[in-house]
Amino acid sequence: MSRKPVVRLPGIAPLLVLAAVAVMGVLVILPLVTVFHDAFSKGVGAVIAALREPDAMAAIRLTLVVAAISVPLNAAFGVAAAWAIAKFEFKGKSLLLTLIDLPFSISPVVSGLVWVLLFGAQGWFGEWLIDHDVKIIFALPGLVLATILVTFPFVARELIPLMQDQGVDEEVAALTLGASGFVTFWKITLPNIRWALLYGVLLCNARAMGEFGAVSVVSGHIRGLTDTLPLHVEVLYNDYDFVGAFAAASVLASLGLVTLILKTALEWRHAGELAASRRH
Amino acid sequence: MQPAADTEATRQPLEIRGISKAYGRFPALKNVSLQARDKEFLALLGPSGSGKTTLLRVLAGLETPDEGEVRFDDEDFLALPVRRRRVGMVFQHYALFRHMTVAQNIAFGLTVRPRAERPAKSEIADRVQHLLSLVQLEGLDKRFPAQLSGGQRQRVALARALAIEPRMLLLDEPFGALDAQVRRDLRRWLRELHDRAGVTTVFVTHDQEEALDLADRVAILKDGALVQLGAPNELYEAPANPFVYDFLGAACRLPGVVEDDRLRVADWETTAPKDAPQGEVDVFFRPDEVAFAPADGAGLAAEVRGATARGPKVRIDCVIEGRTMELEAHSRDAPPGVAPGLSVRVKPLRPRVYAAG
Repeated sequence: MSRKPVVRLPGIAPLLVLAAVAVMGVLVILPLVTVFHDAFSKGVGAVIAALREPDAMAAIRLTLVVAAISVPLNAAFGVAAAWAIAKFEFKGKSLLLTLIDLPFSISPVVSGLVWVLLFGAQGWFGEWLIDHDVKIIFALPGLVLATILVTFPFVARELIPLMQDQGVDEEVAALTLGASGFVTFWKITLPNIRWALLYGVLLCNARAMGEFGAVSVVSGHIRGLTDTLPLHVEVLYNDYDFVGAFAAASVLASLGLVTLILKTALEWRHAGELAASRRH
Repeated sequence: MQPAADTEATRQPLEIRGISKAYGRFPALKNVSLQARDKEFLALLGPSGSGKTTLLRVLAGLETPDEGEVRFDDEDFLALPVRRRRVGMVFQHYALFRHMTVAQNIAFGLTVRPRAERPAKSEIADRVQHLLSLVQLEGLDKRFPAQLSGGQRQRVALARALAIEPRMLLLDEPFGALDAQVRRDLRRWLRELHDRAGVTTVFVTHDQEEALDLADRVAILKDGALVQLGAPNELYEAPANPFVYDFLGAACRLPGVVEDDRLRVADWETTAPKDAPQGEVDVFFRPDEVAFAPADGAGLAAEVRGATARGPKVRIDCVIEGRTMELEAHSRDAPPGVAPGLSVRVKPLRPRVYAAG
């Protein structure tokens, strides 16, 4: 790998770096420190107590369950979509690309609202669902649907540029050597995208656990039942339970930090492979 | 010759009959038919867009023709999916599996076989070592493709293709991405490898020198149609039409007339070549197949514009019949005292004549 030449800007460069650090400090580091500071303001015991609260435990569990369902589904969808878009020519390809980007451009609230309009009591399928005793809105399925809708571009967006860059030559070579379609995918396509896939899954997971807007609409805020961790933070905050709110928030922040560390480690180890995605 | 009457030497395992293929309204192949002999090295030569790569992909099973038939050893080849054809394919950009070592790349075709047909691990390892020595890459088995030079990568690709003991080897501009020197070395080496491995080989290239140098026979394609098929020497000696003549080497062209076995070009007259068409014709000759005579001798009147010596050869730029031509002569055959302004006569030694078009 070639090293990039370093350009030195005497005088102004240190000032720019300093300004950047200052802005970052105020906008990112300070709030992050505040979260942990306020959480631990009444000691570690209070934080542990707040998190051992049944509602808090339920919120953490629910957040993990929602992520555990929606992230694998989105990973599978992302790989399938990226594979189709990058390796095949078909009509409606640009439409599919636009659709994949849609969740990035619409407000998460709308992403939640569409499910209410479809499956809510007054929605298109509301009556049928009530008749058959199926609960989607104000229940786990609704939370999962809303999360999937918000997070589905992450994996696909990470993979498409890389797979387009790699082309189909290796797959074609594998076929001529006698490999089946499944073997080709498993032994050639997947290993070539594994780090980008992991990267996309990390981003997707971070968003799935942190999502607020869309989930807020479909959750119904039933404490201990349909409140995910971000919603739980809001509920406690509105109840003036600041230690509880910040304790829950610090769990979320820690999740984010872990994701960030893993992400950086990936970028550092597999820079070349991930470069294709960042090139465009 | 009928397949039943074939002897081993003239057996034609590959038969392509009336293949046509269009992309939308653009015809890529138009009714192409040809055969390859057993263990033959056949080149498909043509400019880009001539359909040569499409034809190769049809043979590999990567394209489905709209019409026509491909048979191999009397088996309907088009009915077989890519993976069952057992053709070894080598691509212009190598297409090596980047996450696998050289050894894993070469072994791939064997390791993906169904369990019942898969050789034992030790046997695969032996085969890989044998192939590595065949392509002269011993000791590089643990390297990854990114750690190899272009020429080495292409040799790995060839070893990988040979590992499945292919019924036919298909090479798609295999040297296209390499520089000139490596190309020439690999060319000779590929021919030797082909002779040793004894596999029928179809080779796609747009480089006429490569095709003529390497192949037993060359099929020239233009705009999706087969223009001429023959041994390199046949093609060079008797190009079927102006396109082939032009494509196979530098060409000079002048209008002329054929009447009663006499060919007339400007004020020069000579015996017309055999089977020359009557009437208005285009006369072609190679710039290095000419004899020079003094201005009062026989030949085409030419005025020298410049002369450049390059080693034992002299390039002579001159104007004949209002057209600038770059002729080439051995320095001992060049007209004495050649310099700009000199008038000479130029006599094409082996003119080819085609009906004017």
